[in-house]
Order: sequence, then C-alpha cells, then structure tokens
Amino acid sequence: MTGSEYWMVWPDNTAVSVLFLLLVAMAFLYAARKPVHHLIGSLGFLISGPLRIGARWLLAAANDMTQRNKAVLLAHGRQEVGQRIEREFERLGAMVTRDLQGYPALQRKLLDEITRVEEDYKKCGEVPPPPPDWVEAVTAMANVKSTGNEMVQKVLGEINRSVTTIHDKALADYRRAYETRHKILEGFMPFWRSLDKTMAQVDKKLTGLQDSTAAVDGHMAKYEQINAKTDKAEHALTVSAFTQFAIAFLVMAVASGGAFINFKLIALPMSEMVGAGDYITGSLRTSEVAALVIIFVEASMGLFLMEALRITHLFPRIANLNEHMRHRMMWIALTLLVTLAGIEAALALMRDMLIADKQALLHSLATVQQAAAADGWVARIPTAGQMLLGFILPFALAFVAIPLESLIYSTRTVGGVLLAGLVRTLAFVLRILGNLARRLSRVLINLYDVVIVLPLLIEHLVKAPRVRALGKSKRGGDADELREQSR
Amino acid sequence: MIQRLFLAALLLVGMAASGCGDSRSHSNAVYMLVDTSGTYAQEAGKAQVIINYLLGTLQAGDSLMVARVTSRSFSEKDIIAKVTFDSRPSQANAQKRAFKDQIDAYVKTVRGTAYTDITGGLIQGAQFLNETGAGTKTIIIFSDMQEELDKVTVRNFPISLKNIRIIAVNVVKLKTDNVDPRRYLGRLDAWQKRVEGAGASEWRVINDLERLDAIFSKS
Repeated sequence: MTGSEYWMVWPDNTAVSVLFLLLVAMAFLYAARKPVHHLIGSLGFLISGPLRIGARWLLAAANDMTQRNKAVLLAHGRQEVGQRIEREFERLGAMVTRDLQGYPALQRKLLDEITRVEEDYKKCGEVPPPPPDWVEAVTAMANVKSTGNEMVQKVLGEINRSVTTIHDKALADYRRAYETRHKILEGFMPFWRSLDKTMAQVDKKLTGLQDSTAAVDGHMAKYEQINAKTDKAEHALTVSAFTQFAIAFLVMAVASGGAFINFKLIALPMSEMVGAGDYITGSLRTSEVAALVIIFVEASMGLFLMEALRITHLFPRIANLNEHMRHRMMWIALTLLVTLAGIEAALALMRDMLIADKQALLHSLATVQQAAAADGWVARIPTAGQMLLGFILPFALAFVAIPLESLIYSTRTVGGVLLAGLVRTLAFVLRILGNLARRLSRVLINLYDVVIVLPLLIEHLVKAPRVRALGKSKRGGDADELREQSR
Repeated sequence: MIQRLFLAALLLVGMAASGCGDSRSHSNAVYMLVDTSGTYAQEAGKAQVIINYLLGTLQAGDSLMVARVTSRSFSEKDIIAKVTFDSRPSQANAQKRAFKDQIDAYVKTVRGTAYTDITGGLIQGAQFLNETGAGTKTIIIFSDMQEELDKVTVRNFPISLKNIRIIAVNVVKLKTDNVDPRRYLGRLDAWQKRVEGAGASEWRVINDLERLDAIFSKS
C-alpha cells in the first residue's frame, strides 16, 4: 500500500472503497445535520447581523447628515437672501431719495403750469360782447309794414346801411377776438409739452420703482420659502451651491495659473536673497518656498483688504470692527499690498538682469561665438512687461478672496451632499453584503442537504407512513369536530 | 474644533522639531583631472571645452576644482583652480568668469610631463571632494587612462573612492591600441574594476564631447 492509498478500505477496488467511504461520510453528515444547519445559519447571521446594523447606522448617519446639511444650507440661504433684500431696500431707499426728493418742486411746477393753462383757457372762453340795445329798436322797425311810403323806405334804407356798417364792424371785432384767442391757445403748446415731459419723467421713475419693488417681492418670496423650509427652496439652494462651486473652482483654477506665473517671476531672484543652495525637501529649494510665501502673503493681504472693504465676510471679527479700525485695517492691508507689489516688480527686474548675466556668461563660455542681440528699446519690452506683470499680479490675486469665499461656502454644501451620498452608497453596499451572507447560508444549508440526499430519502420513506397515519387521524378528528359543531 | 487646533499645533511642533528643512546636501562637487603627460598635452583645448561646459552647468553653491595630472599628482601644487560658487547666482556668475580666466591662462602655458600619475590625482581628488561635503561628488579624468609611473612612485595600494562618481572623458586610443584594440578595452576594464573596487558609485566613459550632458545624468 502506497502512501496515497492508505484511506482505501479495499485497496484492490477503488470504486468500492470510495463508495463505502461516501456512505460512511453521508451517515456521519446526516447525524450531524441539525447542528451543522444550525452552525451555518448562525454563521450567516453572525456575518449579516453586523452588516445590517452597520447599514442601518450608516443610513441613520446619512439622514442626520442630510438634515444638518439642510439646516446649514437654509441658514446660509436665509442669510444670503436677507442680505440681498437689505441691499435691495437700500437701493430702493436711494432711488426714492434721489428721484422723489424733488417731488414737491415737481408738484409745484405742475400746479403752476396747470394754473396757467387754466387761466389761458378762461381767457379763451370769453364770450363776444352782447348785441347793442338798439337791436330791439331795429327789430321794431323791421316789423313796420311797408306801405310803399317813400319816407318809410328811406328811413329803412338808412337803417339798413347803418346796420350793415355796424355788422361789418362787429364781425371784424369778433374775428379779431378769435385771432387773439388762437394766439393764446398757440401759447399753450410749450406748457403742454412741458407737462407731458414732466409726466413722462414721473412715469419712468415710478416704473423703475415698481421694478425694484418687484425684485424685492421676488426675494421676499424666496425668503419666505426658505423660512418655510420647503423642499423647493432646498433644491434651489443646493443647485445654486453646485453652480457657485463650479464657477468658484474655475476662477480659482485661473487664479492658480496667475499665481504660478507670479511664482516663476520671483523664484529665481529670491535665490539671490535667501541663497540657491538651501533645500526644504529633496527637490524643494528654500528660495522657491520663500517665493511661495510671498505670494501667499499677498493673497492674504488681498483677503484682508476685501474683508475690510466688506466685500467678503470670511472673518466675522474684521466685519465687526468699528468703522475707524476697519478703515485703518484697510489702509494697512493696501499699503502692504502696494509694498509687496513694488518688491515683486523689483524682483522681476532682477530676474531679467540675472538671466541676462547668465546668458552673457554662457555666451562667453561658448566655443562658437554667436552674434550678440541688438540692445535696443525692443529688448527692453520684456523687462518692462515683467515688471508690470510683477506689479499687477498681486492686485489681481487680491480678488481671489471673492471666489475663495464662494468656494468655501459652497464646498460645505457640495461636500455635505457628496458625503451623504457616499455614506448612503456604503449603507447600501453593507445591506447587500448582509443579505448576501444570509442567502449564502441558506444556499449552503440546501447544498448540505443535497450532499446527504440518500439518508434524507430513507428518512422520508420511513416517516411518510407515520405522517400519513397522523394525517388521517387528524382529519378524522377534524370531521368529528365538524359533526359536533353542526349538531 | 479644539481637536483640530490641537492637531494643527502638533503638526507645527513636529515640523519645528524636525528642523523644518532638508539637512542633506544637494550641491555638486566636481574635481577634474587634466592629463598633461606627453602628447596628450595637446588635447588641453578640449579640456577647456569641458571646463566651460561645467561652468555653464554647475549652480550656485556647487564646487569645481581643476588639477593637472603630472608625474606625481598627489600634490596641492597640481591644482590649477578651485572654487565653491556663492549661493547668490549673481556672485556665482562673477566667480565663473574669474575661473574661466584662470583656466584660459593655464591652457596657454601648459607643458607636457614625462609620467602620468592618475592614481595620485584620484586620491587627492577624493580627499578634496570629501571635504566639500557635497551631495554628489564627481571626478572627471580627462586622460587616455594610460598610467605611467617612475620607479620610485608607489601607487599600487588600495584607495578609497566611496560614493564618488568617476567619469573618464576623451579616452583617446594610443598607437598600440590601434594595433590591438584589446589593449584599449582591457585598460578601461582594469580601471573600471579598480575604481569600483575602491567604492566608486559609478564608472562611465564619455568620448563624444557633444554628449557632455551625460556627466550629470544619473545612470
């Protein structure tokens, strides 16, 4: 018997040996069926239980996080919209002060013009003088019957002539009076035009006022929604935070490019100040770190300047300073910024000089002498450009404070949302794993039963008649019970 | 909040305790041996090209020494010029100009010697380089690598070139090498074994003067 055949009961017959061992194993496995089932079930529970508890805990943590995020988001939104409303009211107040402070004068002007127009109108409304008293005498004369008397006809003729003359005179007077009225009416025109212009102005101002109030109404509606903690407001604020984050990130990336250019401008000349041989780490020179520090100090000064100007609100302590101290701080930050900008311009000049010196040295070391470049005004342009860039970049970097503030505030929301999502995903994964472990234990139990299918079959065959008998007796008992009930 | 402040303070203290800087030296020190024996003295112009390349490449804070290989080279008198460049680039450039002038003056007056003591130059170069405390130490041997010693000069003993890079430049072939190239290859192999046995960190041969950038490139 070789070493590998020691398990064979009948070494000559492998198949029978295997069969025998299988049967023995099956018998043992059948005997251990219940404890093994229990063990596998316990193991499944042991694994799935903590996983499910972990999933539940993570889900609760994610919900808690979401609630906290919502509270922070709404609080920030409330503050922001509140500030915007405040600013709108300030603008409205300024508009009212600017546009409507001249309203009494405007009203007086309007009243004067209206009074004048009324007076003129009254003048126009004057009736022509009444007919003279002799009209009645003429009427009486006209009623005298013509009998062909020559005397009467003569008198009548005389009267006709006089009346015609008087009529012509009265007509001329009447026309003159109308001409005068027309002239007065013509004089109305500038007043009407002035009135029209004044009214248009008033209309324009009132429309502007109406637009501003509409904007305030819009902000107020938003404010009310935030106060009511509606989902719509939360969604709008979250979307707004994501947009802010993207924009701020983009601007910060652009600013980083500016900072990198700035760094390149001053890194080389800084080695002239702090030495070129010192290293902070394996590849980071002290001069490079010094250049970075200068850039960060500039950015910090810019930040303080923006804070002192109340453009950003990252430091409540600066915002709470009294006006005098705030102004003082603003001037200090501005002075430092200008000084640093001046230093940078000088460093940019030094960089240019160092590079020129290095080029001259390399030129002298070269075996093949190249023609020297013309040192005209064109050659000065890069130097001037570098100096200008060195002076401007610190001020440009100062404005980084604005996107930085947006980035910080929006990162809280964006980070919170992403973290909550991550925790939820983790909870989901744990839950899946827990369920998988539980199902797997059941599958293993079934597999175990498949392995010992033969003893189980025998057990079934043995137990089946007993079960049937038990079933019959139970059914009989049930029938007796029903019969009893029907009685 | 207090925990965060504590962590930040701990970080700062850690940085302060570690000296907040890299104490290792990052500077380069180069010791160049220029063979002036026999007919090789005519190659001095090429040595000047290499020195100019080194002057253009080495940075502020680096060191450069040039010494001649004579009949007995283990002597300070054989050092033609040496300098450690100032940490300020502008001063370093001025030093490089002065160094170049010194070398130019030497090349004009170079004379051939009877024997070639490369080993003595190596020992002296190693001593000088170790004194600089530079991070990277390199000995450049501008020679045909054919050592010829007089009868009284003793150089057949173990030398130490620990952590020093050895670069042989412009190793020209001798007339006898042309007859049997194995002599040339055998000579280079023998030197390689000797310097590596002495603890040199690298052995390299550069014959093409257009490829001098290989002097500082890591293998």
